Amino acid sequence: MSTMEHQYSENVIEKLASEPKNFWKRFIIFLVILGLVIWGNTGSNFNGITEKGMNVAKAIVSGITHPETLLLFNLTSKGIPMLLLETISIAFLGTLIGSLLAIPFAFLSATNIVPKWVSIIFRSITMLIRTIPALVWALIWIRVTGPGAFCGVVTQSIASIGMVSKMYITAIENLDTGVLEALDACGCNLFEKIRVGIIPQLSASFISTAIYRFDINLKDATILGIVGAGGIGFPLTDAIANARWNRVGAFVICLVLLVIVIEWISTQIRARLAHGRK
Amino acid sequence: MTKHRDAGKKEREHDIAMAVEKEEHKHDVKTKIPLFDRIFKPEHIVLPNGHSVDRPRSRMPLILLALLIAIIIAARSTGFDFNLLLNRINQLGVILGKIFNPNWEFFPKVVPPLIGTIKMSIVGTVIGCVVALPVSIFASSNINKNRPSLLIIRFIISVVRSLPAIVYAYFFVLVFGLGTFAGSLAIAFFTFGIVAKMLYENIETIDMGPYEAMQSFGANTLQSFWTACLPQILPQFFDNCLYCFELNVRNSSILGYVGAGGLGLLINERVGLRQYNDVGMILLTIFVVVMTIDLVNDYIRSKIV
Repeated sequence: MSTMEHQYSENVIEKLASEPKNFWKRFIIFLVILGLVIWGNTGSNFNGITEKGMNVAKAIVSGITHPETLLLFNLTSKGIPMLLLETISIAFLGTLIGSLLAIPFAFLSATNIVPKWVSIIFRSITMLIRTIPALVWALIWIRVTGPGAFCGVVTQSIASIGMVSKMYITAIENLDTGVLEALDACGCNLFEKIRVGIIPQLSASFISTAIYRFDINLKDATILGIVGAGGIGFPLTDAIANARWNRVGAFVICLVLLVIVIEWISTQIRARLAHGRK
Repeated sequence: MTKHRDAGKKEREHDIAMAVEKEEHKHDVKTKIPLFDRIFKPEHIVLPNGHSVDRPRSRMPLILLALLIAIIIAARSTGFDFNLLLNRINQLGVILGKIFNPNWEFFPKVVPPLIGTIKMSIVGTVIGCVVALPVSIFASSNINKNRPSLLIIRFIISVVRSLPAIVYAYFFVLVFGLGTFAGSLAIAFFTFGIVAKMLYENIETIDMGPYEAMQSFGANTLQSFWTACLPQILPQFFDNCLYCFELNVRNSSILGYVGAGGLGLLINERVGLRQYNDVGMILLTIFVVVMTIDLVNDYIRSKIV
């Protein structure tokens, strides 16, 4: 009995000894990250919290815990319900137009549909669109449409194309061509092939992508107002700049609730789309 | 012998048939007819062979109607004006034309704030990720069995994630003064929200077998987690961190807009002066940097996974 035990433990020790020794590798990775952080901190301007800063922090916390409730039930265009509606509308229209505009881009970038050089051209266009941050798009469009919620809609329509078409491309490239061949064999024409062969395969993932983008656009729509593109962003930053913390508190709480609720709904819908209708 | 086996087989088949019938019956009772199908009765089709099929009416008209109403409300509240767009679209051409003709002499002025942006992103990402790792472990339902604390932690993560980085930056600029420190902190909060969420979703999919084996050896929770779960989590954790770093470099370029250091300040200034050639140079630099980071990340990723 004891010899067997002895043998087992020896096997275990042997196994342990044969493990690759990663200590130095890990140590070096750790050092590199540490070095990067130290380098990153060299330009930092942290010199403790000043008394003024401390007071501001206290004011922010007390403002968020004591929101201005009057604003919540104010139904004019300055009240929170209308501002939230405007923010949601910007995100909704922006996503809708953007995800429709992305469809031709996606088909023209899918390597199984167009020749390689065409796909490279359209892929680099969508990549350029993705690189320009939404806020910069808003700054550009504001010169065209003037400030206001409409600028936000146009901004999001364009800024959405980048990511949405990237995800569409994946869906298109995963198309099951066997279905199309079968329809060909049945003697279907092009329209019928698109209607029953392509749309059912793509619709779920396209809609799911669009809903996911709606989530992102809603978060973006809250900050577009900072440059004057409508939505809740402008009143929020205005309140911060004028140190009206109770108002800021009301805005922030509503914003957080809105985003959480929309995210929950969109997750539910996308889960349903992924697993089929119940 | 064979007879006996046949009998056994028949019995089993009978059992299976009963079970299937039961299951079907249960299904019948369970599936309630949706409200929609009760209002719009399904189409009754009789096939040539005598069978009949109920085809539910398409929900498409209802969905389209809802979509149409939503579009009208949204268009009203945003003041959608297609004519304005058509009339002034040439303005966009002018601006984009300047942006795609970058002012190369402006490059030396782009470099210092660019390095500031990258530094800000590195510090913010590392802080955010380091904090996110332990929190996400307590936010995953297969490790933390205490339901209330799980929900509270997840709620905190959602709240942190739902505020955009630029709002954090605005707060921190007011508290800590103008500069990159406020930016780093804002990025850290933003990163924490994203990485914690992605990570607890990843942790919930890991194989808990090794963990249970360790527990049966008598290891405590921490020991078994350290040896059995951490090696499964870490590659995904680093993957998420790299993804977030990429995102942060892109996003932090706008944080300067509220005074948190980096390129945003420069973009704001140049757009204000309508120097779009300079803006083009800034954007080109961001593009090249993001591409480079993307390539480096892909290389690191291929080494990790």
